[in-house]
Amino acid sequence: MFEENYIELLNISREIREKILVLHAKSNESHLGSSLSIVDILVALYFQILNIDPLNPYEEDRDRFILSKGHAASALYVVLAKRGFLEEELLDSFSENGGKISVHPERFSVPGVEVSTGSLGHGLSMGVGIALSAKKDSKSFKTYVLMSDGECEEGSVWEAAISASRFKLDNLIGIIDKNKWQAYDRTDKIQNLSLLKSKWEAFGWSCREVDGHNLQELTQIFRIIPFEIGKPSMVIADTIKGKGVPEIEDRMEWHYKSPKSDELKKFIESLRKDYEKSIYKKAN
Amino acid sequence: MRRAFIRKLTDLVLKNRNIYLLTGDLGFSVFDEFKEKFPDNYINMGVSEANMIGVAAGMAMNSKIVFVYSIIPFITFRCLEQIRNDLCLQNLPVKIIGVGEGLSYGTSGPTHHAIEDIGVMSSLPNLVVISPGDPIEVEKIIEQSLELNSPCYIRLGKSGEQNINSPEVNLEIGKGNVIKKGKDIAILSTGNMLSIAVEVSNALEEEGIDSMVVSLHTIKPLDEDLLRDISTYIKYIFILEEHITSCGLGGRIAFFYSKENIKVDLTFIGLPDDFVTLVGNQEFLRKTYELDVKSIKSKIMLKIKNVGLR
Repeated sequence: MFEENYIELLNISREIREKILVLHAKSNESHLGSSLSIVDILVALYFQILNIDPLNPYEEDRDRFILSKGHAASALYVVLAKRGFLEEELLDSFSENGGKISVHPERFSVPGVEVSTGSLGHGLSMGVGIALSAKKDSKSFKTYVLMSDGECEEGSVWEAAISASRFKLDNLIGIIDKNKWQAYDRTDKIQNLSLLKSKWEAFGWSCREVDGHNLQELTQIFRIIPFEIGKPSMVIADTIKGKGVPEIEDRMEWHYKSPKSDELKKFIESLRKDYEKSIYKKAN
Repeated sequence: MRRAFIRKLTDLVLKNRNIYLLTGDLGFSVFDEFKEKFPDNYINMGVSEANMIGVAAGMAMNSKIVFVYSIIPFITFRCLEQIRNDLCLQNLPVKIIGVGEGLSYGTSGPTHHAIEDIGVMSSLPNLVVISPGDPIEVEKIIEQSLELNSPCYIRLGKSGEQNINSPEVNLEIGKGNVIKKGKDIAILSTGNMLSIAVEVSNALEEEGIDSMVVSLHTIKPLDEDLLRDISTYIKYIFILEEHITSCGLGGRIAFFYSKENIKVDLTFIGLPDDFVTLVGNQEFLRKTYELDVKSIKSKIMLKIKNVGLR
């Protein structure tokens, strides 16, 4: 089943990236690289995994998704629009004066945004609370929390990590967008975030590492959650900041910059080439 | 006040098993019975207040009624951004219970004192801030807190506070509780200063001064109607709090009257803008900072003499 729609998923990823570029070019907002780096994770979740219904966005038994790295909200909005939660036109109001969607997501500002985030290190604790309530109520939905690697420098992340394993929350899934950059340098130049997997394992989580841009791998990994009964699952997704546009990829300045109108055309073209390359790779 | 809190919470949980008590590893002897009785409704979250607030927010998103409990500085300052973003911004009706208001933990020193928390917590939009005056007010407020649609912060004393109100008192969050009517001066008190306010009022009566006493348990939102009403017949208002006055009840009342351009004469009786580093218990520290009955009475008498009220 997956093989059949794989090309389609790749195309969805490309379309989403293109729209993100357009939003950032139009709004002149930062965090473009952070948004591009999580697109494939979001596509795998929203188009393959999450039990959600755009026609009934507040359904009690829906899976919950928390974007703990709230600064990448542009990606979330575009994905939600693509998935039918919002009108495409609403995206044009991104960060506009009087608009509905801000740079960091606000709970229920639009359907599908579950939690307000923007300050790092908050999402996982709220995810623990949601997952714990689900256990108390014998509900079977899952709670997914997407964090950044730099976010793991926040102490509150580890407070949440301890409590998730203590409550045996195998309905809670952490995902780390490991793009190896944080706001002002490479993560490994600031704090020692190496051995991330062993750190999470030491805190009682069951961990898998995955190519965060391989939709097939991501989907397969998400399908076998929980990795262990009685343990929270952690997916460490190896990603490239700014993925999809070689001119933006793995460059710190794109945490801040946004494309100028002449650059935008070029970047969209680069995206298309990257997409064609992926299809070609897949076919051979 | 701690006992009154857990007594009321026990009653409420008996009727509603959707209520949860989360503690930051505190409550020795106070919660023993509760945790025996309701193991599913009691969670010791460990010494991690930031996570406790976030977890409470997540639970509230799933319609759980959550009380979080710890000593005031730990449950307010330590996790302030979690309170701001997770609870207040998302307007989730979690109940934050802080214990040890003012100088209740006197000898424990300034890390444990709670003399700036009203200022900090009152600055947060959506948060209801309450400092009950006696154990009876605690019970009534805890019960009513279930009806709130926004988060609240309820600061409690520790133990040994005497009852001032009768158990039948009619009390409402957001409305000042008039303990005693009077026409010469008004004594507005918040939190555990209530018993002192009443004693001061009685002492003033012996001097022929008729004083009104109000327990302003709800600091935010202030009972503006009552404040407006008092100002129509009383000019001299004395505000009592075991808290830094500039950012406490005094500061908020001064702002209200100033905003409304109402001319009143306010005297702020509380703590200066400083840490209390002197070693001593609550009683000793109150005497030192002139927050005891005798000192407050003299201060009021002096004021009255100076302005020529008598």
